[in-house]
Amino acid sequence: MERHNRKYFPIFVLPTLIAFTIAFFIPFLLGIFLSFTEFTTVIDARWVGLRNYIAAFSNKEFTNALWFTVKFTIVSMVTVNIFAFLLALLLTRNIRGTNLFRTVFFMPNLIGGIVLGYIWQLILNGILFRFGVTLTYKPEYGFWGLVIMMNWQMIGYMMVIYIAGIQNIPKDIMEAAKIDGAGKFQILRKITLPLVMPSVTICLFLTMSNSFKLFDQNLALTAGAPSRKTTMLALDIYNTFYGSVGSEGIGQAKAVVFTLIVALVAIIQLNITRKREVEN
Amino acid sequence: MKKTSKLLAILCALMLMAASLTACSGEGKTKDTGSTPEKKTEETNTDKKKEDTSDSASEDVDEVDEIYFLNFKPEIAEVYNQISADYEAETGIKVKVVTAASGTYEQTLKSEVAKSDPPTIFQINGPVGYEAWKDYCLDLKDTDFYSYLSDKSLAVTSGDGVYGIPYVVEGYGIIYNNAIMEKYFALEDKATDVTSMDQVNNFATLKSVVEDMTAHADDLGIKGVFASTSLGAGEQWRWQTHLANMPLFYEFKDNTAYDNSVLAGLAADEIQFTYADNFRNIFDLYTNNSSTQKGLLGSKSVNDSMAEFALGQAAMVQNGNWAWSQINDVAGNVVAAEDIKFLPIYTGVSGEEKQGLCVGTENYFAINSKVSPAKQQASIEFLEWLFSSEKGKDYVTNQLGFIAPFTTFNDDEKPTDPLAREVLTWMEKDVESVAWTFAAFPSEEFKNYFGDALLEYVQDSKTWDDVVTIVKDSWKSERAK
Repeated sequence: MERHNRKYFPIFVLPTLIAFTIAFFIPFLLGIFLSFTEFTTVIDARWVGLRNYIAAFSNKEFTNALWFTVKFTIVSMVTVNIFAFLLALLLTRNIRGTNLFRTVFFMPNLIGGIVLGYIWQLILNGILFRFGVTLTYKPEYGFWGLVIMMNWQMIGYMMVIYIAGIQNIPKDIMEAAKIDGAGKFQILRKITLPLVMPSVTICLFLTMSNSFKLFDQNLALTAGAPSRKTTMLALDIYNTFYGSVGSEGIGQAKAVVFTLIVALVAIIQLNITRKREVEN
Repeated sequence: MKKTSKLLAILCALMLMAASLTACSGEGKTKDTGSTPEKKTEETNTDKKKEDTSDSASEDVDEVDEIYFLNFKPEIAEVYNQISADYEAETGIKVKVVTAASGTYEQTLKSEVAKSDPPTIFQINGPVGYEAWKDYCLDLKDTDFYSYLSDKSLAVTSGDGVYGIPYVVEGYGIIYNNAIMEKYFALEDKATDVTSMDQVNNFATLKSVVEDMTAHADDLGIKGVFASTSLGAGEQWRWQTHLANMPLFYEFKDNTAYDNSVLAGLAADEIQFTYADNFRNIFDLYTNNSSTQKGLLGSKSVNDSMAEFALGQAAMVQNGNWAWSQINDVAGNVVAAEDIKFLPIYTGVSGEEKQGLCVGTENYFAINSKVSPAKQQASIEFLEWLFSSEKGKDYVTNQLGFIAPFTTFNDDEKPTDPLAREVLTWMEKDVESVAWTFAAFPSEEFKNYFGDALLEYVQDSKTWDDVVTIVKDSWKSERAK
């Protein structure tokens, strides 16, 4: 068996490996290289050492964007997962039309970010219109606008993962608990929650990395207005890269820092939630 | 086994995440650099005398079957496709026209130039754009195309070389709907004694007329005198670029050490923003007499305000001659071509009775110096054909609607659209046109800071003093980059 696997290894892995190298690995290395250079187009670069990194960190907008992103990520991670889990509980109770509801809740996830951003901009501005203001009036408006939109988009997807997790819980454990006289809340806390921990790991990871990297929705909904107070990291990198001549390297340096932060946070989060998982 | 699978899972998850990050981190191209032409082509070509280039290149031109033009103006992209088809029918050379979406020209150019088939003709926006693209701009000093230029001082030059050739002159100011103005002048209870637009030649008069019109808005059937001051993201250029031109033009004009305001602006490491109050005058007039209340301006686009003007809901809008097609194309347009006129932007500067429209250009053709000499030659020939052959000129005046600054155009070959004709009329009047000083603005970022500050000023979260400080500070910091 083992030998068999080894024999076919190249056939199965090579195509993906080549695609991965061309489309990800080489550009990634090139990106890291470019963060140490000054360049206009990616094919002619001049080495400048750490200058870009110093410029990136002495830039107030970058730290502002970092804070905004962290706040947004925490809030949306919590809200998306709570709502998704509640919906999943509700929709595993054999209510009539369960499948229809599941489909409906999942649908927003199929809409692209830019379209979604503009639609929500219209909706939210339509509501704020009554008060004579728009989303750009205060940074808080943009922040909560983004949170609402993120929830609307992500809840359905996370819900599906939670539903799968809940349905995987063996019926006999539930029945045994009931016979032992456990209340609904006790079952939820002592049985359901521990047994869906693998789903929680996945969901937390997905919401975290998606919120951290949010770009199109941010661009379409607020584009950073007012005065870049609602700019998230990815958008800030984009603005730096294209905003003024000679800043491409700084944008690239920010992008590398961004990658490191996301990777670090993701590893820590994975480790913590993994520990809480229970084998079935 | 369990341990490895866990590790594998983590690894997979990381890869998944990392892979989705590529869009942000890896602007990289996988194409190897070998496909870009070597530096020597550029050197040999620029050193050659003109006859030399055309002689040796004329044979090569036959081998060129495609040139690539990266177009800046989405509103006329269709016309370029027709031109390209015609040119191919005539000469057999295919002109590939790619149009960058509005506001994304720099991005598009940056990524297109890095490809193996880069644009051969692109455009720069003036001296600042030349700074960014100087490694890619061919010296056009010896071309016929440059010799066609009626005013050689319009070109972007550096040392002896000519690197950008303007192909259109444009003008902007306050566009007004004369039908509504006539209606106002005919009102019996109007509070001013102005009876025709000719009498409006300074800010004080403009202000009194506009404010009285606002008081009579219902009689005139308008929602506001000025169409919305669009301050949505990406929709602020009429204020942070065009209107910002006014105070800075006057500031740099005061600096007599330089020949013109653009040169003075390029040399300025800092600005005083002396005419900030003049900017505030007109900006407040726009927003206080607008068809939209101040809090909602952050969601308005340029299209919105042009539509308001075209539908007769507003009497005035600040924009340039390029806006005619936009006004004309609005469904339900009520503005007649003969009613649409230009007024200079008066801001309360002394002696502004002699001020004209803002006339200039930020559209300069440049030829990519890093493609083969044959392609360069073919590109120049295409531009020469477009601006000197009968067919090409017909396209330029009648379909592209350019006021072309070339000697190859006769007087009867001027554009027919009403706003372009208004620009020409104003240029011939005894007034001084305002130069496009914004060519000297340090960067796009500077303009964005300015625009952001204006939005917050309108929304009352910043005072005017804050705006002035931001403008001065961001000029300084952006220029220092």
